[in-house]
Amino acid sequence: MNQAITFNIESHRFLGPDGQPEGNLPPLAEDRDALHALYRNMVLTRLYDERAIALQRTGQIGTFASSLGQEAIGAGVGHAMRPEDIIIPSFRENGALLFRHFRIRDLLLYWGGDERGMANPELGDDFPICVPISTHTTQAAGVAFAVKYRKQPRVVVCLLGDGGTSKGDFYEAINLAGMWHLPLVFVINNNQWAISVPRAIQTRSETLAQKAIAAGIPGLQIDGNDALAVRHFVAEAIETARNGGGPTVIEALSYRLCHHTTADDATRYRSDEELQAHWKLEPVARLKRFMMNADMWSESQEDELIRACKEEIEQEVRHYLDSEPPKPTSMFDSLYAELPGELRDQRRLVESGVAGKESNND
Amino acid sequence: MTDITLVEAVNLALMHEMARDPDMVVLGQDIGINGGVFRATVGLLEKYGEERVLDTPLAENMIVGAAVGMAAQGLHPVAEIQFMGFIYPTIDQMVSHASRLRNRTRGRITCPMVLRAPYGGGIHAPEHHSESTEAMFAHIPGLRVVIPSSPTRAYGLLLAAIRNPDPVVFLEPKRVYRLMKQAVEDNGEALPLDTCFVLRPGSDITLVSWGAMLHETLQAAEQLADEGIDAEVIDLATIKPIDMQTILESVGRTGRCVIVQEAARTCSVSAEIAARLAEEGLMSLFAPIRRVTGFDTVMPMFRLEGHYMPSTERILSAVRQTMEFA
Ligand SMILES: Cc1ncc(C[n+]2csc(CCOP(=O)(O)OP(=O)(O)O)c2C)c(N)n1
Ligand SMILES: [Mg+2]
Repeated sequence: MNQAITFNIESHRFLGPDGQPEGNLPPLAEDRDALHALYRNMVLTRLYDERAIALQRTGQIGTFASSLGQEAIGAGVGHAMRPEDIIIPSFRENGALLFRHFRIRDLLLYWGGDERGMANPELGDDFPICVPISTHTTQAAGVAFAVKYRKQPRVVVCLLGDGGTSKGDFYEAINLAGMWHLPLVFVINNNQWAISVPRAIQTRSETLAQKAIAAGIPGLQIDGNDALAVRHFVAEAIETARNGGGPTVIEALSYRLCHHTTADDATRYRSDEELQAHWKLEPVARLKRFMMNADMWSESQEDELIRACKEEIEQEVRHYLDSEPPKPTSMFDSLYAELPGELRDQRRLVESGVAGKESNND
Repeated sequence: MTDITLVEAVNLALMHEMARDPDMVVLGQDIGINGGVFRATVGLLEKYGEERVLDTPLAENMIVGAAVGMAAQGLHPVAEIQFMGFIYPTIDQMVSHASRLRNRTRGRITCPMVLRAPYGGGIHAPEHHSESTEAMFAHIPGLRVVIPSSPTRAYGLLLAAIRNPDPVVFLEPKRVYRLMKQAVEDNGEALPLDTCFVLRPGSDITLVSWGAMLHETLQAAEQLADEGIDAEVIDLATIKPIDMQTILESVGRTGRCVIVQEAARTCSVSAEIAARLAEEGLMSLFAPIRRVTGFDTVMPMFRLEGHYMPSTERILSAVRQTMEFA
């Protein structure tokens, strides 16, 4: 017998759950500004998630997906990207979005049921939130093709969940990314759950990273609760892609400490012991401990950061709550570049208020 | 200017636009060196190279997903699906994303792409190669659906589809790919989307059809002329949005209407036209609207295809019934 092919999947982390370094640290570990930026984003995200859930509970936004426990992934990805790069998110990358030009008021608008939340022109080419799982992965390949076609030094970063890796879309997308050698990095937030479906019954594949092997591209696993590892390895993959080295799949191991969304009750399908065990691995305390041990952070800085984040969030919430209600006719106005004639009557009906009155009758 | 077939007109339009528009790329299965299974993309690879003529892996959902991503970046991808029977994996991308990116971002990101596919029966191919499911796409807000019926309209409508700033599903009636030839001038002039074309003026009855069925519809109109019935024939051409004005104006004059389509009847494009006529043109009707359609059966394999496809005889019979109402 000959071995047709063998493969192995590397798994990386720099910081253990207690914030203690494991092995050699990258230069990033001494970059105070970078660490502060990462940490600030993670704290802001955690406080934003908390505030958004409160807004949902009081009927001020709709269903909301928190990223509790997975903040290092969003922060690491967002920080590793350059402004000109393009993010193709799913719906749980709150931190990554906040590192881009998505403002909290935009995200609240979106989760408050208003398309204007994805409209901010400053978002440039960044994609809107994608709800149908994994359908954005093939689009990311198309965006990466366009970037390569135009010979732009930009990289596309596509985020998805562990559940998303079971879809044909993902396999088709990594296959194309490999075939066309695209400047594209997939980051999988393996938070162990797809609503109530655990990672264990998602696939018999030992890692999600190894799915990349079949597409002919590198795949690696990192500790997604270690912000240093996320920032370092995602940046490495992005710069490889930028330099013509092609795509990478990164599986970031984390855990969803929150319910799937505000519409979910995770106590129906997972134990409190499991949840508590994972709280010991969570990313925010881990980075904080590392920085404290390295004399790069203090409790007074922590207090000041929390105060500043809360102030920012409250300001943004106020912006959101004070925003003009959307015009009813706006459902017509971005449907086509120019509204076809046959839709003008329907639009007039909405404009006249008749349609609104009818639906208020229930 | 030589006479060319419908599929050659498709090719001519693709060639023309590739030369004019550096943002245009074509992608699909076997579209490169093979020139497409129907040869619609012949010569594109030689002329424009592998950078713009992309033979893709075999995955329809991926082809259209990638096209959506390209279009979001301002490229003008024209994606080919080999047969309409294999277009269903793309519905997710077309319905969930292509049709709504502009709306979802309030105009920040748009999707100027074309999805081309040959459709319809009549070529004795295996199962799944004869579908006419245009109504599925016509139901979707944010899409346009266009079906040419002749070489000149294939050329002009495809140019319009590629230049349109929104996603267009462009369905090519493969039964008539090589049925007729017309002189097509390669002048780069697009035809309007959003309007139908009156192919034959008439005063007694309005016949509305699109795609390959116009062949039988026009034949029926000729025979009716011999019987002293003057039929107006309208090529719908753009299935969505439907140009009801032209149809209503015609039916306003004739007072009678027969709609002819290859697709199954229930919830089809003919149902929409009939409903709109009932809503907006009822008072000018002398007779009930009649539809000549494929049956609400699975599209049969080709041994029974002749029984399924609306024939000239079925059209004539529907017209005669309509004419019986005084
Ligand atoms: C195609 C599709 N199927 C089902 C759903 C409903 N749904 C929303 S999120 C989700 C689970 C996703 O799990 P995963 O990919 O691991 O992402 P996570 O929610 O854990 O971030 C499901 C089933 C959906 N949005 N899209
Ligand atoms: Mg998950």
